[in-house]
Amino acid sequence: MVYDYVRWEEKAIANAAKKKGLNLNLIDSKDISILLNKDYKNEFGSVVLQRCLSYFRSLHLTAALEARGISVINNFNVALTAGNKLFTTLALIKAGVPTPQTTLSFAPESAIKSLEKLGYPAVLKPTIGSWGRLVALLKDKDSAEAIFEDRVHMFPLYQIYYIQEFVKRPPRDIRSIVIDGKVVAAIYRVSLSGNWKTNMALGAKAEKCPITKELEDICDKASKAVGGGILGIDCMESPNGLLVHEVNNTTEFKNTVPTTGVDIPGLIIDYLMKVRR
Amino acid sequence: MKCPECDGEIPLPKDAIEGEIVTCPDCGTSFELYKMEDGKFDIRSIQVVGEDWGE
Repeated sequence: MVYDYVRWEEKAIANAAKKKGLNLNLIDSKDISILLNKDYKNEFGSVVLQRCLSYFRSLHLTAALEARGISVINNFNVALTAGNKLFTTLALIKAGVPTPQTTLSFAPESAIKSLEKLGYPAVLKPTIGSWGRLVALLKDKDSAEAIFEDRVHMFPLYQIYYIQEFVKRPPRDIRSIVIDGKVVAAIYRVSLSGNWKTNMALGAKAEKCPITKELEDICDKASKAVGGGILGIDCMESPNGLLVHEVNNTTEFKNTVPTTGVDIPGLIIDYLMKVRR
Repeated sequence: MKCPECDGEIPLPKDAIEGEIVTCPDCGTSFELYKMEDGKFDIRSIQVVGEDWGE
């Protein structure tokens, strides 16, 4: 397992490996120095579980390992797609997975035009990032213009105006942990009173969510759309059924394990043992 | 281990892993565990939240 910082999840995976008798080497990616044309199969074993917190670090390391024939979970294409909200949306649309209406623009003026198509309120999200960071609710034209004005002074990534409709939903969403296309556990993430965001990192509360046929089907399709592996798939309950709004490539499950009682770290180890070469 | 921010006591987890994030129970500041040359653990500052950090 490659990592950069050890969260609850990485520690739980390491403990699950010990319990199952799997020799899981923990490799701090910050210590890695590799010659790109050398063979590293002995150092990295039969399969690598990618668990870096830093997206760019994880993506580049995965690319280098795969290029040397080392199998990485999740693989580079999954990481590239699921790590970028725009690429995820495009993959979901292509696969016919219901997802919120989304627009793409590259300048404040055209982003305002996009909002005329979507209507207010709408949600502006950075294409890369997590935990609700820099996700902004655009309530009206004035607030949108003010937020876009700030973005002009930020790193170019934040000048990609990825805007989604604000879906009418209960004050919660559904996080499903999906391994190889199968939903193994699901929770509702109930937003704090007064906060429209449902991220656990922002204090949302976890409640057990039943795994319905509709949830299983949409998660299986979404998983296939991005390329499979181990994913955290987020759905919203819209008036017209479930919509997938996000797919997480290095999913967290600290709150899902105690809420559902499902041994997700153990299931991850089982999956690694199944796919290792 | 002493918290460099507030001088509070940060307990070392029994099953500590190098790279693990530990948080001071008094002030809430997070640190990274690392191994010193003698094999003992100490703490050092971490980037609080990187722009590309996440799941």
